[in-house]
Amino acid sequence: MTHFEPFASRIVPLPVNDIDTDQIIPARFLKVTDRLGLGAHLFADWRYDAEGTPREDFILNNPSQKGANILLAGANFGCGSSREHAPWALAAFGFRAIISTSFADIFANNALKNRLLPLVISQDDHRSLLALLDANPASEVTVSLEQKMILLPDGKSVPFQLDEFARRCLLDGVDELGYLLRFADRIASYERQA
Amino acid sequence: MKSGKPVNDKVPRTLFEKVWDTHVVAREEGCPAVLYVDLHLVHEVTSPQAFSLLRERGLTVRRPDRTVATLDHSVPTALHAPSDPQAALQIRRMEENAEWSGITLYGMESQHRGIVHVVGPERGLTQPGMTIVCGDSHTSTHGAFGALAFGIGTSEVAHVLATQCLLQWKPKTFEVRVEGSPGPGVTAKDIILALLSRIGVAGGSGHVFEYTGPAIRAMTMEERMTICNMSIEGGARAGMIGPDDTTYEYLAGRPDAPAEKAWDHALARWKNIPTDEGAAYDASVVLDATALSPMITFGTNPGMGISVRESVPSPDRVAGLSQRQALAKALTYMGLQPGRKLLGLPIDVVFIGSCTNSRISDLRLAASVFRLRKVAPNVRVLVVPGSRDVKRQAEAEGLDRIFTSAGAEWRDAGCSMCIAMNGDQLEPGQYAVSTSNRNFEGRQGKGGRTFLASPLTAAASAVTGSIADVREVLES
Repeated sequence: MTHFEPFASRIVPLPVNDIDTDQIIPARFLKVTDRLGLGAHLFADWRYDAEGTPREDFILNNPSQKGANILLAGANFGCGSSREHAPWALAAFGFRAIISTSFADIFANNALKNRLLPLVISQDDHRSLLALLDANPASEVTVSLEQKMILLPDGKSVPFQLDEFARRCLLDGVDELGYLLRFADRIASYERQA
Repeated sequence: MKSGKPVNDKVPRTLFEKVWDTHVVAREEGCPAVLYVDLHLVHEVTSPQAFSLLRERGLTVRRPDRTVATLDHSVPTALHAPSDPQAALQIRRMEENAEWSGITLYGMESQHRGIVHVVGPERGLTQPGMTIVCGDSHTSTHGAFGALAFGIGTSEVAHVLATQCLLQWKPKTFEVRVEGSPGPGVTAKDIILALLSRIGVAGGSGHVFEYTGPAIRAMTMEERMTICNMSIEGGARAGMIGPDDTTYEYLAGRPDAPAEKAWDHALARWKNIPTDEGAAYDASVVLDATALSPMITFGTNPGMGISVRESVPSPDRVAGLSQRQALAKALTYMGLQPGRKLLGLPIDVVFIGSCTNSRISDLRLAASVFRLRKVAPNVRVLVVPGSRDVKRQAEAEGLDRIFTSAGAEWRDAGCSMCIAMNGDQLEPGQYAVSTSNRNFEGRQGKGGRTFLASPLTAAASAVTGSIADVREVLES
């Protein structure tokens, strides 16, 4: 696995609370046996109308948002189903980080396994980021895993929380399954006692 | 409530802590625990990519004997359902992967096939004190037996297949105490919907619920499963109930439960796992079941629930901008005016099924309403048993004939319209009263609008043709 480097990007604001995984990727797109093509169905029922035409009023369809790698979402992002298709779809669409004040537990776990960062920031910082995007939608920020900071254009920075173990794995290029496999002997001895 | 006694003046521990402590294989400084998994349940939707990962990395399934698979999400439940090539491929992949790894699969032809969270308990696979995972958020269901059971993603499915372990940070504990006893027409489903309306869909984040109190003790195992099933809708990692005689009576004699000497050993072990007297929880809430009425949701998450006789809340009266916006958005999607009563609102579909409410006792409740009554004109009713064992039992009791004579469709086992992956789905704009667990936008079909309720309320609404108070229907 490669080391996770800092990256700079614009931010798409979607400040809706409790966005569930059925919205991120509706269940009818889960009949796949691989991970391919899910980006096309990200937020399918918010992005397209009944005829499949992109809804102009949905933020991801705004041409100015094209190429942004960061989503700024409301609280409890990713609640509901455990489908890893949700982070797969977000990552396939091009997102590398989701910023929110909180995430559903399983979603955050799943996202980290796919190098998609669930970044938790404070309520106040969340408001400031939204205000920043209101003032200048093209604002670009840099996400630094090393510093645990989102670096803003004006030189200020916003601290974020992230699972510390996952952060170190990403920075050091360690893969979690590889880490687990190292415990094979301990697992075997646990099984003998049990 | 019976409680385990702390041994040798040790710090009293909760049920969760005891199960957790006995499953930690290793824990390095600053790292999550390596937690052993006793039972890994698998289904066709969240496992194919995990098996592919194993093959890519040259790994095998470490404990096929601790891994059990079933087909539930994408299987048809109608006799002559049109074939769906994508679903068929998913099913074939599950069959191939089970064959490749040597795990038991309750396949298409199996007489025990069904929803993973119905099959595990009814086979006796689910047992007190176990750690149980599945690539499915409703794995919390199995906590009803005093197991620590939770949903995981597909990458973690691969981790467990390969190592029988998971990396886990220890969650916090949350006591949900249910006092009193529910009145007529109030079921386990109403109690859990009332809890969710109280704490919201993120109220349990980072915690494991333990349900305690007289109302929980008085419940059957199937009622307890309904409660634990929806723990995830409160954001909790899992929900648990300390095992007691009700648990042991349910388990005794089931095909995969321990028998004879092994049963005695297991029973001795199980009796030690309930929460010790004086053990502390990180959070708690108390609910009075006596004060509850039948519940129903009005919005687009399971926390948006009210008593069936109440009016839809108004966003104007909600404090906090984001909550106000969320409520307004939900009501727009649902097509509901603030302040209107839900009672009498015409509906199009009733779905009775899902891992929340598709067990034999749920079907008996629904049948008690349909007996000598007819489904209202223009309402479509699907009754989908949770497993083929449930289906056979219902047919032996004649419940299927009660449903079909009333005008309902009687189906084969599966998740069906709860997740709408198999062709059973709502049409855009349709209103459904559903015994399932999620009322998210489009959950039961694109544009469909869901009211979550108990089997009693669902059946009462089916015969009335509109949202109904089951207590009135049963009196008439």
